[in-house]
Amino acid sequence: MKNPDPTFPSCPTPISRYDRIVMGHGGGGRLTHNLIDDIFIPAFNNSILRQLTDSAVLQVGEQRLAFTTDSYVVHPLFFPGGDIGSLAVNGTVNDLAMSGARPLYLSAGCILEEGLPLEDLKKIVDSMQRAAAAAKVQLVTGDTKVVDRGRGDGIYINTAGIGVIEHDLKIAPSQIQPGDAILLNGDIGRHGVAVMASRAGLSFETTIESDCAPLADLVLKLIDAGVEIHCLRDLTRGGLATALIELAASAQLGMELQEAAIPVREDVSGACEIMGFDPLYVANEGRLVCILPDAAVDQALKIMRAHPQGQGAALIGRVSAVENLRVILKNRIGTRRILDLLSGEQLPRIC
Amino acid sequence: MCLAVPGKIVSIDDQDSVMRMGKVSFGGIIKNVNLAYVAEAGVGDWVIVHAGFALNKLDESEALQVFEYLQQIGDLEPE
Amino acid sequence: MKYVEEYRDPEAVHKISEEIHRITRGSWNVMEVCGGQTHAIMKYGIEELLPKSITMLHGPGCPVCVTPVELIDKAIAIAAQPGVIFCSFGDMLRVPGTQRDLLAVKASGGDVRMVYSPLDALNIARECPYLQVVFFAIGFETTAPANAMAVYQARQYGIDNFSVLVSQVLIPPAIELLLNAPQTQISAFLAPGHVCSIIGYEAFESIAAQYHTPIVVTGFEPVDILSGILHCIQQLESGRAVVENQYSRAVQRQGNPAALKMMNEVYIVSDRKWRGIGFIPRSGLTLSDKYAAYDAERCFGAVSYSDEVATVCISGTILQGIKKPRDCPAFGNTCTPENPLGATMVSSEGACAAYYAYAAHM
Repeated sequence: MKNPDPTFPSCPTPISRYDRIVMGHGGGGRLTHNLIDDIFIPAFNNSILRQLTDSAVLQVGEQRLAFTTDSYVVHPLFFPGGDIGSLAVNGTVNDLAMSGARPLYLSAGCILEEGLPLEDLKKIVDSMQRAAAAAKVQLVTGDTKVVDRGRGDGIYINTAGIGVIEHDLKIAPSQIQPGDAILLNGDIGRHGVAVMASRAGLSFETTIESDCAPLADLVLKLIDAGVEIHCLRDLTRGGLATALIELAASAQLGMELQEAAIPVREDVSGACEIMGFDPLYVANEGRLVCILPDAAVDQALKIMRAHPQGQGAALIGRVSAVENLRVILKNRIGTRRILDLLSGEQLPRIC
Repeated sequence: MCLAVPGKIVSIDDQDSVMRMGKVSFGGIIKNVNLAYVAEAGVGDWVIVHAGFALNKLDESEALQVFEYLQQIGDLEPE
Repeated sequence: MKYVEEYRDPEAVHKISEEIHRITRGSWNVMEVCGGQTHAIMKYGIEELLPKSITMLHGPGCPVCVTPVELIDKAIAIAAQPGVIFCSFGDMLRVPGTQRDLLAVKASGGDVRMVYSPLDALNIARECPYLQVVFFAIGFETTAPANAMAVYQARQYGIDNFSVLVSQVLIPPAIELLLNAPQTQISAFLAPGHVCSIIGYEAFESIAAQYHTPIVVTGFEPVDILSGILHCIQQLESGRAVVENQYSRAVQRQGNPAALKMMNEVYIVSDRKWRGIGFIPRSGLTLSDKYAAYDAERCFGAVSYSDEVATVCISGTILQGIKKPRDCPAFGNTCTPENPLGATMVSSEGACAAYYAYAAHM
């Protein structure tokens, strides 16, 4: 720069369109959305896929079925409160449950890395079996492949699942109504922090355990009790904020959340402060939001709080009556902040 | 800039002054922190931590000053 | 006392806000220098709590934003070399150079690692003695003692496969430059609390007097920021211009002598270029001769880079508080966090990114 005149500074024009996959494409934020919108939807364009729900709802003869798939890559394979096996079962069970389905059958495809100790594989498979038994699903078909050492993180698991929908409710973003209440089944951010804490490099000591759990039973209890559920979404990568932003966008409605009503454990919030993370965007594996009419709130909260997966259930906000498409967080100090999709994954910051 | 977070010292490992390390609790999360720049801080003290280093010891009486000042504002206000 | 929740107390926040409303007569522009404060102002919607006649200007206080693009290109070139482990704070990984960012280097096979502390990078060097470990030592005075300690220990323990790429800048010269600019509109400064926890605030006293501008050392929670603004307005309304210390729980006038001693041991003051602003004399730090062997720029020699090209982006004037993000024609259209045109959109702490995330569409 020849001209040091501070009033006419140079303006940098960096290039940031990626021509390769970066980790952020898997973060559940805007980069993930771009990938889905630009590459996958155009290729497989159909009315079921376009709904982008946790599981596809299929009409097969007289029966409505829910169908879903998910791949599990987690490092480390074993973390406080769970492992890749329990995650692979619960995650898919939960995706089925979010259409209000009773999960029945799972498939499992395991990609094993050369060198993975059989002992570890056995532990993971045992854990899958226990999780399947707890969620009352059967693992009925599977596949294994082995890749060269260095080409996998020990093990990757893909599971797909089928469930039956045994009621007449339509549970989908399109059912969300202005004025609906937003319920959350417990404190957020534990899974993300537990996994991060056990990862080398960011090491900190904590007793935080992942919230990894099956949610189908909780959902079916609500449905069986006749609670009129409009929409469900499990909170995975991208956390509570991303899930609600996506729902608001599909429903073409806004939402207003009360920060003070959203439960976050003190240690989870401590970990987030150190890393510069926002707990609203940290991953969960046993949390859901349930959107329903105001009149159903008391009954739903009572059922949730009586269930092991819903003890910390809370009413955290409402769907806005006005059309504005934004998810707004009302701070503890009474001011408002817009929640927007993150670009990629949250990176620990120093500033 | 400069994300720095208050935490409480729970233990100190004093093998040499440059490597003075300690465990600091942030709401129950424990991290190893370099305490070389806060020689006067001991177990139970609060420090403000940035990039793995304690920048300074937090002073409780100074910390309360903001609120004492708020009290004064309140007293001045006509009720 | 937990030193956090107390400072987010709604009642305290509103009391200070009311007091600011009560005493404000004139129109004032208050600049927070520090990106962390910009972030908090956006996150907590602090501007909603201020009278319309107070405007917050967002300063250049984000080391990620102001690291010059050619240095990022150097980092990218070094990180792409075989046999190198390149370590960086997380927020630096996403900042694009002229062609790509460090995350893209990682995607192409470079060994790029995110660390929480420079000592973590030093440990990697200990564990991998046959590889070159380079740490991207960015930051203001807050981070300088941490980065200095890593270099000091490397020399002390003879860890010769460790080096640092230094982009270390200083706050007081930048504040002076902002006040010297002919178009300056800044009535008062919130000085960055964590920088001051290291350097103290003596350096600001002469600046406050010479430019007759109030400077209040301020913390990062809502109560802190509002108190800092209140002190500024009190001074402005009464015609005073001194340095006050709102963040006295963490800041003493003389700073942290042990940390300053380590900075002086390892670094010397040098001219530095700031992205979006240009060269500022004596506004940065460079390794002293004694530690020159740990300078990655020397270890890895010259790396070619291209110069920045001017565009519609007005990040330079935003960094100086002359313009606001919304004044930029590119803001939110062609310039977004995924596709940033300028420094202030690049970092999550940059004023444009903070506006985009928290307030852009209100």
